[in-house]
Amino acid sequence: MFGSYQAAGSLFPEVTWLQQQLEEMFQPAGVSGIRSLARGAFPAINVGTTADSVEVIAFVPGVDPKEIEITIERGLLTVAGERASDPSQRQSGTNAYAKERFAGKFRRVVSLPEDADPSKVNAKFRDGILQVTVAKSESSKPRRISVG
Amino acid sequence: MEATNTSIAKTTPSNPPPNVNQSATPSVDITESDSGITLLADLPGVSKDRLTIKVEGDSLQIEGRAEIDVAENIELLHSEVRSPYFRRAFTLSRDLDPGKIEATLRDGVLRLHIPKAEAAQPRRIEIKAG
Repeated sequence: MFGSYQAAGSLFPEVTWLQQQLEEMFQPAGVSGIRSLARGAFPAINVGTTADSVEVIAFVPGVDPKEIEITIERGLLTVAGERASDPSQRQSGTNAYAKERFAGKFRRVVSLPEDADPSKVNAKFRDGILQVTVAKSESSKPRRISVG
Repeated sequence: MEATNTSIAKTTPSNPPPNVNQSATPSVDITESDSGITLLADLPGVSKDRLTIKVEGDSLQIEGRAEIDVAENIELLHSEVRSPYFRRAFTLSRDLDPGKIEATLRDGVLRLHIPKAEAAQPRRIEIKAG
C-alpha cells in the first residue's frame, strides 16, 4: 500500500549503505570529526493510522511552511516544496566540510489507505514537522455492534 | 585558549540521555570562515526545551528529542524516522573557542556558530615604519 513513495535518487545506494556500515563499525556511535562527511530521501516520511484518521508526518526542518504544497488526488498525497540552501554555504571564502543536509526542490508521494476521506484534511506545521491528518470515511470507522 | 567544560544547555529531567543505539544521526552542514565554524543540524520536531548542547573538553555533543502530537493508539504503517532521539558528537579542534558558541534553533534546524580562538584568527600584521 505504501510502496509508491519515491525514494530519492541515489545512483549508488550500496556504496552509501556500505559507508554507513563502515562508519558505524569504526567509530563510536554517533561520533564523527567536525570536518568529516555522510547520507537519504527528503523529506523523510512516517505514516500511521488511528481509529479516526491517517497521519502522515513529513520531516521538513528548515522549510518555510508557506512554501509547502500539499495535494491529494486519486488517493495520492503529495508533499512538494523547496528548501533553500543556507546563506552561510554561499559566502565566498568559506570552506565546506560537510554538506549532508538536503537543499533544493522536493516532492514525495504517499499512497493513502482506501478508507481515507480526502475531503477532510488538516495540516499543521511545528518545529520542522509537517503533520497531515486525513480523516477516515465514516463507513470505515470501527463500530460496536450490539447484539439485540 | 584552554577548553573548559561549558554547558550551554542543561539536561532536564524530562530529557534523559537516550540509548545511543536507538538514536538517529542528524544531517549536518559544516562550513568554516575566517571567524569560525558554522554548523547546521536538522532536528525536526525538536524544540528548545528538548535540545541539549554540551561541550566537554574537546567534545561537542548535540542531543535532542522530537515530539509529535499524535493519538496514543496510533499504529505505524511506514517509518523512515525510527527514533525520536537525535544524537551527534563532534571533536573540536584547538583553534576553536568552545566558550563562545552561539546557538539558535528555528523550525527544527539548529545553527551553531563556533568562533575561532582570538589567537587563531587570521590577522594582518602591521609593519611599523622604523
